[in-house]
Amino acid sequence: MPPAADFRAQLEALRPYLLRYASLQLRDAAAAEDAVQEALLAALAGQAGFAGRANLRTWVTGILKHKIVDVIRRQAREPVLPEQTEDDDFDGLFRRNGHWAGRPVPWADPDGALEQSQFFRALELCLERLPARTAQVFMMREHLGQETAEICKELGVTPTHCWVMLYRARMTLRECLQQTWFER
Amino acid sequence: MIGIISCKESTRLVSQGLDRELAFGERVALRVHLVICLGCRRAGRQLQFLRRAVRELAEIDLNTNA
Repeated sequence: MPPAADFRAQLEALRPYLLRYASLQLRDAAAAEDAVQEALLAALAGQAGFAGRANLRTWVTGILKHKIVDVIRRQAREPVLPEQTEDDDFDGLFRRNGHWAGRPVPWADPDGALEQSQFFRALELCLERLPARTAQVFMMREHLGQETAEICKELGVTPTHCWVMLYRARMTLRECLQQTWFER
Repeated sequence: MIGIISCKESTRLVSQGLDRELAFGERVALRVHLVICLGCRRAGRQLQFLRRAVRELAEIDLNTNA
């Protein structure tokens, strides 16, 4: 195979991984495919930029991250209904005085869970249950590894609001994993 | 913000501690609370575990989880 065709084939082989990566962020199959397509085209055009680097997947994933942020930024400009910001949720979790309604139980073998693909399936299902905006902030923070300040700027929300959404996401996911995985 | 905090406040601080540096008073209040509260120690570990799990979600191999 000539080098150019070989490079193209290597990129194409990464498509399923990249699609999965983008889908986790964007929750919109069409938007995810667009982002991956743009990333692959950019990678193809910028083949020279790859020269000498060790890992093609890491390099292309880096490009894809930028494309995902672009999509999120475009989406952020579209008007969205404000999600509730008051932290009056978790009513079932805490008593009125702020103490646990039921003390959390320890999770058996969390490290072992990370070795099982079914666990990640359960985690994805829990992520899908989060409200869209909350999930987006959480994934930008934990999956893309962005700083809260960047996320706030991208989405045009205050840091306090960001922290509230991240807190809500984590507590909701914790409950969900408790019920769907650790309590089984 | 020094003094007695509730479990709800404590979990909020654990979560924010993953996103920003807590102020001195917040760290002290949280530490004091965690010493006496088993439930919050468990929940705190679980919130931190979530971070690891989601990071690994990005890394898992397609062929094991297609």
